[in-house]
Amino acid sequence: MPRDLVLTTTVNGEPVRKLIPANRSLLDFLREDLGLTGSKHGCDVGDCGACTVHLDGQPRLSCITLAAEAMDREVRTIEGVADGTLLHPVQEALHRHVGAQCGYCTPGIVMTLTALIDDAGDTPIDDDMLREALGANICRCTGYTKILAAAHDALRSGDSQSGKAAGEIG
Amino acid sequence: MTAPPARSPLHAPAPHDSAVGHVTGAAIYTDDLCPPGTLHAAIVRSPAPTGRIRSIDTRRARQSPGVCAVLTADDIPGDPCIGPVVHDEPVLARDRVWFTGQSVAMVLAETREQARQAATLVRVELDDPGPAPILDVDGAIAADSFHTDPHRIQRGDVDRALASLPAAGGVVVSGEVRTGGQDHFYLETHCALALPEEGGTIRVISSTQHPTEVQRMAARVLGVGQHRIICEVPRMGGGFGGKESQATAPACLAALGAAHTGRPVKVWLSRHEDMASTGGRHPFLGRYRAGFDSRGRFVAFDVELFSDGGWTADLSGPVMDRALFHLDNAYFIEHARFVGRVCRTNKASSTAFRGFGGPQGIAVCEDAIRRGARALGLRPEDVRRASYYDGEATPPRDRTPYGQQVPHPRIIAMHDRLVRTSDLAARRQQIAAFNAAHRWLRRGIGLQPLKFGISFTHAILNQAGAFVVVYSDGTVQLNHGGTEMGQGLHTKMVAVCADVLGVLPGQVRIMRTSTDKVPNTSPTAASSGSDLNGQAVREAALRIRERMATVAADRLGCDRSELTWQDGMVRGPDGQSMRFADLAHACWLERVSLSATGYYATPGIAYDAAAGQGTPFFYFAYGVAVVEVEVHALTGETRLRRVDILHDVGDSLNPAIDLGQVHGGFIQGVGWLTTEEVLHDERGAARNTGPSTYKIPAIGDVPLDFRVELLDNATQPGVIGGSKAVGEPPFMLAIGVIDALEDAISSFGPGPVALSLPATPEAVLRAIHRAARRPEGRDPQGR
Ligand code: FES
Ligand code: FES
Repeated sequence: MPRDLVLTTTVNGEPVRKLIPANRSLLDFLREDLGLTGSKHGCDVGDCGACTVHLDGQPRLSCITLAAEAMDREVRTIEGVADGTLLHPVQEALHRHVGAQCGYCTPGIVMTLTALIDDAGDTPIDDDMLREALGANICRCTGYTKILAAAHDALRSGDSQSGKAAGEIG
Repeated sequence: MTAPPARSPLHAPAPHDSAVGHVTGAAIYTDDLCPPGTLHAAIVRSPAPTGRIRSIDTRRARQSPGVCAVLTADDIPGDPCIGPVVHDEPVLARDRVWFTGQSVAMVLAETREQARQAATLVRVELDDPGPAPILDVDGAIAADSFHTDPHRIQRGDVDRALASLPAAGGVVVSGEVRTGGQDHFYLETHCALALPEEGGTIRVISSTQHPTEVQRMAARVLGVGQHRIICEVPRMGGGFGGKESQATAPACLAALGAAHTGRPVKVWLSRHEDMASTGGRHPFLGRYRAGFDSRGRFVAFDVELFSDGGWTADLSGPVMDRALFHLDNAYFIEHARFVGRVCRTNKASSTAFRGFGGPQGIAVCEDAIRRGARALGLRPEDVRRASYYDGEATPPRDRTPYGQQVPHPRIIAMHDRLVRTSDLAARRQQIAAFNAAHRWLRRGIGLQPLKFGISFTHAILNQAGAFVVVYSDGTVQLNHGGTEMGQGLHTKMVAVCADVLGVLPGQVRIMRTSTDKVPNTSPTAASSGSDLNGQAVREAALRIRERMATVAADRLGCDRSELTWQDGMVRGPDGQSMRFADLAHACWLERVSLSATGYYATPGIAYDAAAGQGTPFFYFAYGVAVVEVEVHALTGETRLRRVDILHDVGDSLNPAIDLGQVHGGFIQGVGWLTTEEVLHDERGAARNTGPSTYKIPAIGDVPLDFRVELLDNATQPGVIGGSKAVGEPPFMLAIGVIDALEDAISSFGPGPVALSLPATPEAVLRAIHRAARRPEGRDPQGR
């Protein structure tokens, strides 16, 4: 039987302290221990991107990351992307472009794109960079066309000030 | 929103009903629910494709930590078998096993980990493996192993026509086409959660396209009335047909577990399990002879189809029917003999998948067109142009081989338009020049027309219900029988309801699909979700509006017929008005009922399978694609350079959603035809059960230039809002990729063009070598 350990970490800005089995994946920790079910099980082997979260600002596939790796680090999940009711420009653009159909891949796509944008700083992001980043995310529904369009739009719309209140949309 | 607010919510490009939930992670799927005390299931599966079960030893598993119960077929209180057409699918294997991966026992434990751990401790002993397993269509034909008798559709005199064509300057070609399987790869795998409630009721929350089937089958398995089972569907993370019949077994297992333990039970399949134990698209074998006259018209077609149904009948019969109905694609073929039969094999059961046999039938038809065109020295598109259904020709060429009329020559106009707008002729010349200048890189261009029949071919399924509730504050709850799997059905239904009541879409809340709100529903399938449910929603909303109109007319001092309903206001002819909310309150005060059901059954469809004649479809949807590809002769790699699509969705209920269906359907078709290869080992077990070995299209596979246009002025009479179904048809436009690939491959030399499916890089390389008439394994000689 795996040993247990006490995990102290920060999730979406909130400090968390929990006793968990040492072999717990970050995805199971988020979904089952914290009830943050926005990150999805798509494949559990690191090949679909549906479980993407940020670990210290970098995109991470939480299904193949041990929860223990989050010790004393910052985790951000899809639940922590919107600022209250204010959607991030990536979320707002995906919404506006109907870039989600079934929506199961969408949290992972949002996390991939927000990491790319946050990380780029002032470096301009071109189509090739977008396609390369999104190469890690599988979507079975949309054919990616609207996701790409939304991503380009989100880049154009700039800082998060242009997001809209989630409560006002839909 | 960038789009100006539309006066009517119908035909507006509104975002998906769940859109905010999708982008914030708040949208709930079945696996996201896990009430305290939930037991997790792990399924013990058959290790072999055939055999008699000697024993199932569960002792060690029962003692494993956290285990609450281990259930086998002996624990099923009711009917041990389920199945959408034939009851031939044991929920848990009884005396025999039929495929590697079949469910044999279920372990229930406190955690998923514990259940999985314990499942490895269950010993399943088999003996008498019997004859060797049947693993494909050829093996089944040899062993005479079939699920169905042949289904025949015949017209004219095929043999005579084929015999006389060559003498009259025509050609006769023959061929054999094998289409591959396809895994649905919905991003959300199968999942069900069963909750015991009071009075012996079990509520099953399921990721299913067919909640009524789950309810019916769970009731049978438990041996209780259907009134004791409620099936609820929050939404699905994709379905594509994979959750039409095959979500039923996991849901029944969850219900069985909940009934047995009195605790909530969740059955969730990992990606590996989902791919290994549930079936996908039917692999088909088609053998044909095809005759064309000297003008290039498709005159005679003699086809035999076999499909690989897997171990149970599932939906294989209807899938074969639809394949036969689409062997003509968009062409008038005077002499036809179409015969189809479903093979029984020792593999996971093949099932519904977007297109439902249509893609396979059309792939066979188009192979004949290309082969015939080469024999005639014509371009395939010229043969197509000469062969289309044409009700305006004399004599009219407008009856399908099964006798249904194809009312208007829309496909001809669409073909001509797309040839023009895609600049096909000029691009052919550019491609010829490019190919002349390049040795290893070659380009090709192809065209793909499509006619697709809309309706369930099993006429009984063409019915739907809805239940609409208006509250005294003017807000509305909408229930209908359809399920949401990403296709945007709920968004469209909200628009239909809001349009009839004249309220804003935000005033209408869509409820989870649930069998206790709308009973006896059909699966959300056959692209018919909005056609059927839309009419039912409209009828329910109209009934309420009619009742409200009496009160409104009285308050506004006008005639009922003079009222208009829009933007949350009810208006009389002279500018007098009241808020819909106030009217709802007034109706309540006056004791007027504010809820109603609606019901719809598609009129005028019937098919006599014994005679092979009838009108199985309410109407046809059309599309045309022009596809340009580039292939690399050293790697066999293929790139989609440009795709132009003109698609007919009638008057779109929501252009944003419909465009998404065209994009997604086309790319899924590209996957089936080029990257997705389903492989099995000698035990019939799936070999590639994850995204690293089973390649569904990624963003890099999307056309560099993708132009989709929805046909305008395309009103479809008799359908909700003049719209047409859109879920499945675009999938088949991807067959144009094969047309383009064969065009590119033929540029390598004068040899035969024989591209096997799926056209993986390996298959493309082999085809290039053959065309270049070089032995396998050597570089092709460019010009
Ligand atoms: S679930 Fe983590 S990559 Fe697929
Ligand atoms: S929207 Fe369904 S998988 Fe991407």
